[in-house]
Amino acid sequence: MSAREQWVAFLTLVTKEIRRFTRIWPQTLLPPAITMTLYFVIFGNLIGSRIGDMGGFDYMQYIVPGLIMMSVIQNSYGNVVSSFFSTKFQHSIEEMLVSPMPSHVILNGYIVGGMVRGMLVGLIVSLLSLFFTHLSMQHVFITITVVILTAALFALGGFINAIFANKFDDISIVPTFILTPLTYLGGVFYSIDLLPEFWRAVSLANPIVYMVNAFRYGVLGVSDVNVYASLGAILAFVIAFYLFALWLLHRGTGIRH
Amino acid sequence: MSALTIRNLTKTYANGVQALKGIDLDVKKGDFFALLGPNGAGKSTTIGVISSLVNKSGGDVSIFGYSLDTQRSLAKKQIGVVPQEFNFNQFEKVFDIVVTQAGFYGIPAPLARERAEKYLRQLGLWDKRDKQSRTLSGGMKRRLMIARALVHEPELLILDEPTAGVDIELRRSMWDFLTKLNAEGKTIILTTHYLEEAESLCRHIAIIDHGIIAENTDMKSLLEQLQVETFILDLARPVSEAPQLEGFQVSLRDAKTLEVAVPKSESLNTLFVELARLDFDVMSMRNKANRLEELFVRLVEQNLPGEQAS
Repeated sequence: MSAREQWVAFLTLVTKEIRRFTRIWPQTLLPPAITMTLYFVIFGNLIGSRIGDMGGFDYMQYIVPGLIMMSVIQNSYGNVVSSFFSTKFQHSIEEMLVSPMPSHVILNGYIVGGMVRGMLVGLIVSLLSLFFTHLSMQHVFITITVVILTAALFALGGFINAIFANKFDDISIVPTFILTPLTYLGGVFYSIDLLPEFWRAVSLANPIVYMVNAFRYGVLGVSDVNVYASLGAILAFVIAFYLFALWLLHRGTGIRH
Repeated sequence: MSALTIRNLTKTYANGVQALKGIDLDVKKGDFFALLGPNGAGKSTTIGVISSLVNKSGGDVSIFGYSLDTQRSLAKKQIGVVPQEFNFNQFEKVFDIVVTQAGFYGIPAPLARERAEKYLRQLGLWDKRDKQSRTLSGGMKRRLMIARALVHEPELLILDEPTAGVDIELRRSMWDFLTKLNAEGKTIILTTHYLEEAESLCRHIAIIDHGIIAENTDMKSLLEQLQVETFILDLARPVSEAPQLEGFQVSLRDAKTLEVAVPKSESLNTLFVELARLDFDVMSMRNKANRLEELFVRLVEQNLPGEQAS
């Protein structure tokens, strides 16, 4: 396939993915908006007003970046894992396998589709948060970079999960038992500096801590960890996950006999 | 020029099943080719390898001279595949399914929409373009898969049992459509369980069984191998027993129906002269089974593993 043909194929796949999640918006865009609004009301307004400041900001302001990041993570992952697994389940993946589309175009199409949903939900949650608090971006480049890399990383995670999944249960195990606990313990609702030394050290092994803090640094200008080291680590994970996913796709793991 | 060349193709699945044991096959450009075989013979595996849905264990496949190993993209552009099972997204609209498939081949959106309209019209689906594919009838879904397989205008069209579960009227209209495509120059490979379909449409035939090619020849030569043909004769008046005719094997199906096995060495004229002499009035006559079906059964029986070993 020529570069131009690959570009057309890539755009086709991204458009297909966007059309899919916008067609079922009550399942994809509405629930995170409602969930996050409840978080803002309960944790931000009702409980947050009794907690007081955290990291020099009122509690609502402090948790908003973490909640935006949580939306991006869950939706980037969820979009790709459910879309790609459904494609396998319905055998419509054969439409792509018989075509001359190279593996990297298929992978890029799904990843960008997942990133678009993650970032769109992130934008919706950001706009909703403005009804509850004031947000100003301190470091635009870092904020955008962290969102893009995090969305890419979790979209890749969702893709790898879908490749190995054989039944619908397999696509809910990772989000339920790994992703959600790591996100809740990833410094979304608190600064890890509040933790005892041992648990702080344990928290530093959680990759989501770095993403949440890097994003919080971009928005509020404060972080519990070194932001540039965080960006470097996320980028390294993105590259490793991308190469692994591409290798799986190329050899046909889970999709070809 | 060869549309499809297969050399020593082997496939062993992870569970140890050897589905293909070294297949060689040539399909000429412009041919209408039937690939037949009993269930589990290796037809779908062969088509799976050609269409890149199954990884081969060994051997070479090339399409219009393009190797599937070294010129994969060019080889794939030449093929359109209509699989046995419905394999499109049930929630997508008919038009979107065809346009998206064109996009996967790198065809820009305006041309993709133009082609989608052309093939949906030809296959009588244009009125259904905005319907979700799950709302289509079984026959319409099969036609949708044909439109989708044609949208990038491949030179080789592979259909895996395209008329399975399709009513007679639709089957006939699909035959007409495929015959027209073939007349326009498209090479067509067909697998089917309806041997009448293969006999009336195809010029060449390969019979695959137990992962090997049991027969590969043109339809006419194959049918000439048939040594005995069995006919059913409907009589005007009931009879109590079958007549004894030299050279023919005759049995009574019921009081007004005879079953006659006619060897290739005997003519039908002789049969009718003899029957007239014995005062049998024959009102109508038909084949007991399709000629190809008789041959197919014989070839597959010959190729049973026990006999193969001997």
